[in-house]
Amino acid sequence: MYTSIDPSTTKKDTMLLTAFTLVVLTMPLWLAPLGAGYPDLLQKFAIFGIFAVGYNILFGLTGYLSFGHAAFLGVGSYTAVWTFKLLSMNAIPAVILAMIFAGIFAAVIGFFSLRRTGIYFSILTLAFAQMSYNMAYSVLTPITNGETGLRVLQEDPRVLDKLFGVEAQGSPVSSIFGIQMSGYSGFYFCAVMLIIGFYISLKIFRSPFGMKLQAIKSNQTRMEYTGYNPKPYLLTAFVISGMYAGLAGSLMAVTDPLAGAERMQWTASGEVILMTILGGVGTLFGPLLGAGIIKYFENIFSAFNEASLHEVFAFLPDWLENIVVTLTHPFVGEGWHLTLGVLFMLVIIFLPGGIMEGGRRIQAKFSKKAATAKE
Amino acid sequence: MDTILLQLLNGLDKGGAYALIALGLTLVFGTLGVVNFAHGALFMLGAFIAVSVQKLLTISAKVRDESITFFEAYKETPYLELWWGDTGTMIIDMAVPISIIVAIPIMLLIGLIMERGLIRHFYKRDHADQILVTFGLAIVLQEIVKALYGANPIPTPAPDIVSGSAQIGTFLGLSENLVYPWWRLIYLGFSLSIIAAVFAFLHMTTFGMVVRAGMHNREMVGLLGINIEKRFTIIFGLAAVVAGLAGVMYTPILPPDYHIGMDFLVLSFVVVVVGGMGSLGGAVAAGFLLGILQSFASMNEIKSLIPGIDQIIIYLVAVVILLVRPRGLMGKD
Repeated sequence: MYTSIDPSTTKKDTMLLTAFTLVVLTMPLWLAPLGAGYPDLLQKFAIFGIFAVGYNILFGLTGYLSFGHAAFLGVGSYTAVWTFKLLSMNAIPAVILAMIFAGIFAAVIGFFSLRRTGIYFSILTLAFAQMSYNMAYSVLTPITNGETGLRVLQEDPRVLDKLFGVEAQGSPVSSIFGIQMSGYSGFYFCAVMLIIGFYISLKIFRSPFGMKLQAIKSNQTRMEYTGYNPKPYLLTAFVISGMYAGLAGSLMAVTDPLAGAERMQWTASGEVILMTILGGVGTLFGPLLGAGIIKYFENIFSAFNEASLHEVFAFLPDWLENIVVTLTHPFVGEGWHLTLGVLFMLVIIFLPGGIMEGGRRIQAKFSKKAATAKE
Repeated sequence: MDTILLQLLNGLDKGGAYALIALGLTLVFGTLGVVNFAHGALFMLGAFIAVSVQKLLTISAKVRDESITFFEAYKETPYLELWWGDTGTMIIDMAVPISIIVAIPIMLLIGLIMERGLIRHFYKRDHADQILVTFGLAIVLQEIVKALYGANPIPTPAPDIVSGSAQIGTFLGLSENLVYPWWRLIYLGFSLSIIAAVFAFLHMTTFGMVVRAGMHNREMVGLLGINIEKRFTIIFGLAAVVAGLAGVMYTPILPPDYHIGMDFLVLSFVVVVVGGMGSLGGAVAAGFLLGILQSFASMNEIKSLIPGIDQIIIYLVAVVILLVRPRGLMGKD
């Protein structure tokens, strides 16, 4: 986890990034046999990947457990939809403005919340996020459109689009200079964002700034003794991860021009925590892996119902089939969250480092075996 | 005047529920040092014990409806009514009070199993891990209940004799319009007496004294040859019972659904932190305080003054208190 900065790592990182880019861009190809090669799901992979990578910069590096990141996601979504409404259906200003607004919002919340540590910090972020959620539902209805959710309409002003003479036909779809951001083009836009986001997170991990964040996690008092004030670093990390969340939120709006308050609820923060933990806190790839796995299985598992279970277990003798189906039925379809909860508990209890640690353990075992075999 | 008194009662009522959950949370944190995010789920389980008892009591048989003569009509009549007539009806009517008696041993058992089976392994891990594993447990419990009872709220009425409203206005010699549901008054009295019982238990029994000593200095008590861990386990069971009873009693006020626990948990955590982690008195005081503040904030006069204040007041107070008094109202450093 603690890496030193030397030329060989830089070279390795370039390789890593190239490989990562290839893997992400070819996702439609190699995920197709797994039944996940369609744009809707791919977009989700990329968007939640960004969300989790950003969350990891705060939680993974500094160890500060925030329960309020859903608020930034929501702010990002609302800003993006408002940009669509007022300025242009072009996705680029929406993304940029969403990140700026989410960043400002995160700076304000972070400024107050980071005065406390541990459980107090968690509760403060939770309190701020719940406040935003409740207000989005009640007082801020003129801005958020309350329960109905904010959507793009044809008669919205769209000042910039009018200026350039772009007319929206039918229900407006976001675009980049004419390329509509739905289906695969939407996915590739998200994927490029993900790669940029991953690159920045890699740079942060390797930078002196990242080292200081890790120092905060391992021993904040000692860091203070060495003459560093942890506060500015913490706040920067908080704002950066808030901007990632804002980016993720805006991409949700880009691929589907709609924003609702339920994105701000604290369970949404819970979800990104699950992703980060499941994959591996504080690792580069862990959160991405976690996001991918959760979204993939959510899709697969919630599609199952009793009939399809019977089909799957048809090879078993009838009586056994019935027992197996009765036993597995609560875990699929509507009950997918049950599976998630159980899985999550198992990971925390037995594998606190997530899947990445599991991989490392297996690797260590094999290399040990290989070493003993050589002797 | 009337509205103020009514809002005060409303606040005390809500505050009672917050205080009961927060009390259990604080007990667990003070003794075991564990941040238990599954505590709301215990509240929810309590509520669903009441639902189950009601369902068990009303298991029905199809009986021919004699009042309809021109075709064969059937109606569902609970067995209890068939066997014992009016006595049976009365028993069904008393479903919620009966659930209280049923809930005590069940919740105690659930609490003990939870502590021995899971929480025990997390004493030495950091708070983030504790929060996360109990959060996972809460999801699991919640989803199990959803799978068994469905996602819709299930109405569980209070006994008939207390389903009306109390004429407290006439009683106090004030306006006649001042009425308040009996069950809510009972809930208030119930929560006060449970809180009093817990405090009496901790302050007047040898067991409670040892536990308090253990909260203060666990190692020292251990060195004196007392098995403090065992007592802490029992305290966890006790906290589970308190949360469960709070849940049972709340069912007539709000029909329970599977995420009622989570809704209360978030608020109760805010209550605990406002009161000061580990301070029992603080938890109770903060529970009532926030309950009252919330109900006053939802008055129309105040809402028109500061729109939306009723939605955020609790969180706002929590933020202010945490920033001004880092350890909460009554917390010690």
